[in-house]
Amino acid sequence: MFAYLAKRVIQAIAVMFVISLIAFAIQGNLGDPLRELVGQSVSEEVRQQLRDELGLNDSFVTQYLRFAGNALQGDLGTSYFFKEPALDVILKKLPATLELVFGATLIIIGFSVPLGVYTAIKPDSILSRIIMGLSIVGISIPVFLTAILMIFVFSVEYGWFPSYGRGDTVHVWGYWQTNFATADGWMHIILPSIALASIMLPLFVRLIRAEMMEVLQSEYVKYAKAKGINPWRIYFVHALKNTLLPVITVGGVQIGTMVAYTILTETVFQWPGMGFMFLEAVNRVDTPLIVAYLIVVGFIFVVTNTIVDLIYGLVNPTVNIARMGA
Amino acid sequence: MSLLSVRDLTVKFAMRDQTVTALNGISFDLAKGERLGIVGESGAGKSITGFSLMNLLSRPGYIDSGQILFEGEDVVQMNDKRLRNLRGNRMAMIFQDPMVTLNPVLTIGQQMIETLMAHRKLSREEARQIAIVKLREVYIPSPEERLEQYPHELSGGMRQRIIIAIALLLDPQLIIADEPTTALDVTIQADIMELMLELCQSNQVGLILITHDLGVVSQMTERTLVMYAGRIIEAGRTREIINDPQHPYTQGLINALPQQTVPGQRLKQIPGNMPGLASIPPGCAFNPRCKYATDLCRARVPEIVQYSEVAVACHEVQRLHSDEDRQEARA
Amino acid sequence: MSIETLSPKPEPSRWSKAWNSNMGYSFRRNPVAVVSMIVFLLIAAASFLAPVIAPYDPYDPGSIDIMNSEYPPVWIDGALPEFMLGTDDQGRDLWSTILYGTRLSLLIGICAVALQAFLGISIGLLAGYVGGRLDSLLMRLADIQLSFSTLMVAIIFLAVTQAMFGSDTFNQYAVIFLIAVIGVAEWPQYARTVRATVLAEKKKEYVDSARVLGFGPMRIMVRHILPNSLSPIFVISTVQVANAIISEASLSFLGLGMPPSQPSLGSLISSGFDYIFSGSWWITAIPGVVLVVLVLVINLLGDWMRDVLNPKLYKG
Repeated sequence: MFAYLAKRVIQAIAVMFVISLIAFAIQGNLGDPLRELVGQSVSEEVRQQLRDELGLNDSFVTQYLRFAGNALQGDLGTSYFFKEPALDVILKKLPATLELVFGATLIIIGFSVPLGVYTAIKPDSILSRIIMGLSIVGISIPVFLTAILMIFVFSVEYGWFPSYGRGDTVHVWGYWQTNFATADGWMHIILPSIALASIMLPLFVRLIRAEMMEVLQSEYVKYAKAKGINPWRIYFVHALKNTLLPVITVGGVQIGTMVAYTILTETVFQWPGMGFMFLEAVNRVDTPLIVAYLIVVGFIFVVTNTIVDLIYGLVNPTVNIARMGA
Repeated sequence: MSLLSVRDLTVKFAMRDQTVTALNGISFDLAKGERLGIVGESGAGKSITGFSLMNLLSRPGYIDSGQILFEGEDVVQMNDKRLRNLRGNRMAMIFQDPMVTLNPVLTIGQQMIETLMAHRKLSREEARQIAIVKLREVYIPSPEERLEQYPHELSGGMRQRIIIAIALLLDPQLIIADEPTTALDVTIQADIMELMLELCQSNQVGLILITHDLGVVSQMTERTLVMYAGRIIEAGRTREIINDPQHPYTQGLINALPQQTVPGQRLKQIPGNMPGLASIPPGCAFNPRCKYATDLCRARVPEIVQYSEVAVACHEVQRLHSDEDRQEARA
Repeated sequence: MSIETLSPKPEPSRWSKAWNSNMGYSFRRNPVAVVSMIVFLLIAAASFLAPVIAPYDPYDPGSIDIMNSEYPPVWIDGALPEFMLGTDDQGRDLWSTILYGTRLSLLIGICAVALQAFLGISIGLLAGYVGGRLDSLLMRLADIQLSFSTLMVAIIFLAVTQAMFGSDTFNQYAVIFLIAVIGVAEWPQYARTVRATVLAEKKKEYVDSARVLGFGPMRIMVRHILPNSLSPIFVISTVQVANAIISEASLSFLGLGMPPSQPSLGSLISSGFDYIFSGSWWITAIPGVVLVVLVLVINLLGDWMRDVLNPKLYKG
């Protein structure tokens, strides 16, 4: 357990190091911090002096170490636009994005497992054919188009759901405002969650189906049948557990894509999360905010991937995690 | 009454553009506690016979016609519930490759206990105790610990012992063993066979041993079926078949055994290959490889008839024998 | 006369065998595949003939009149007969703009996948053939690359590039940036599959015999091993083209791809999005439908190909 965990943590630190290097390189090359501070009407001498004071003439390594040191203390610079610490700006937006991802993940897990298992068990049924047909249409519609289509149909034409924003939220703790406490909040989060889930749900249905069908052909499933085991136990204990191993791996890979999709979804629904904020920061060339976003997203990505690895280790007995020293 | 009685069993495979016959009118009987060997090259239909007996063929294979009477009940006609009650309970199966037979994500204990609980009303603890007893019977050291282990933590020989223990869990009437030692190291093959023989004899369990190894059959079984291209071509007491084979194919198999060859000489292999299921020649399927083949052999499928001590499906069996007699006389 | 007799290969490649026995037959018998192929060819032909077919040139500011903006398609009241599918927010003929936009989307998708395939196949062959340390290093890199989502990498790369160079310079080279970023990000897909095939083929006798005959590693790889990787490469490529088109559209929708002055399907949908609340749905809807149909037929062809060729694909 310890060795496994230690390996993951070292890997995570390595990835964070690379991300911080990239972020630092972006910070150094994007925009001019002096101009943001003092504007252009300052003499060259004063500029040089300021550069020295700000440490901009130090060596690359010194500058990076200062950057990394500050980052470790939670100081990712001050947003040019908001005139606030960049990390604070992001942390205020983070709950909106996380709740959106949470909603989409619920939809994906809640539907992909039963649909994937059903289409694998009954591959020739009419319902399976319909599900598989819809799934290929589903993976062919980009997330932003699904989002637009839903706004057009459910907001513009029928007016059932609001088309933008978070609506009424309730303060929970710190910066965390939740959508899940009011009916209005629910109404606002439903369409964006579905849109965010729209391309991954069919992807996972197809993946689970393919893996499950392969597992159902395996010798150990045949053997379970030969032992007279109840088919439901064969499907949901013998087969599904083996099916989930590759699915968990792919799930880990998809986390990054999910973050990218939040940018698309938030843009369409003007959802006040990190993704929407990031695009605005790009348009305003708000370098500290761009860099902070990169680091926060990288951090989330590394943490979730490590968690996924741990889950994989728990499900797969050949990865020795639960047994110490054995 | 015999324990198992197979009558005219025909199994077909529905392929994309054609349907091929994998088993063609197989009939045989098995008495209670009797041990039967089924021998043949790969593709002859041995394993398909084994799976058919449990009605476990997976698509595209299916039982086309025939009866499989087990304790008087036709397995072919059973509904799913009856089949589940049969499988693992009254009739158990030992698969070929122990490395892939056990589910990798379930512990040995889970896989044994679920089998018991699928067929008997037992508490988990009672089931565990039975599992431990059965593991002892197959000489597995410290069985309590094994129950907590996953398959990948055990060697192939150990896994096959566990599979044998699972087969014995519910004291079945019949065990079907499909090449149970082929995937194992040569050194442990004999141990496993010995164990199976001992357990079948002491528990009065019927055994159908599917193998390509005539040597194993002669040690393990009382009767033998020889299969070729989906048909039984020779059947009888194992001793007679080994000592005095009647069908030219069986003779070829026995002559090809290394024991039959003077050291330094080439093994006497039967020329040619067994035909694929889609391209079985008309008449006797063996005729292209048979040096005694006549026009009749190429035209008509031989019936299986009693000859001497065994049943054999060969048109030329009488001529063959007189030939042999003549050769012996000349020698 | 069969292909095998024409080219004396040590072993008929899986591809030529599949083509002769199964491929054509299964294609003719599968109406979905036939229809998909026809639709794809129609879209491809129309878009690549855009300069000939299109009644207007959407890139020519002289032919655009802002007064013509937001006319609906001809089947709706208030349309102008000369604009079959209506006009967009800038007064461009939507039909012409879609033709040109589809051409861009397809071009970027195909070029990006060609780049992916080139990089991935080269690296995969190298890793599989050389083996050892280099192999494990390259595959580790592939793992890391795969775990970063392409779209995420592309968004950050393009966003930073745009902020660094400014919109004008960025717009000028947008096509190249898009091809480069989508093309570089997805090489591991190919590399892993090709490597797996190389490892499998390397064990076979004919590769040994080719080596004994004194053929160099280059020749062995390109002439002997590569043909055996063709069917998985084909299957991957179709799916990848569909994905690349979606990625391009998504990036352009975010304003990180093709500029509105030179719109791909994604940027066209993006510019129309502001107008769906005012009722001009067609600026978004029609390019959206074209995009979905294009991606869908490619995915359907990919699905069919996977069923027929049934290659061993590397699973992540």
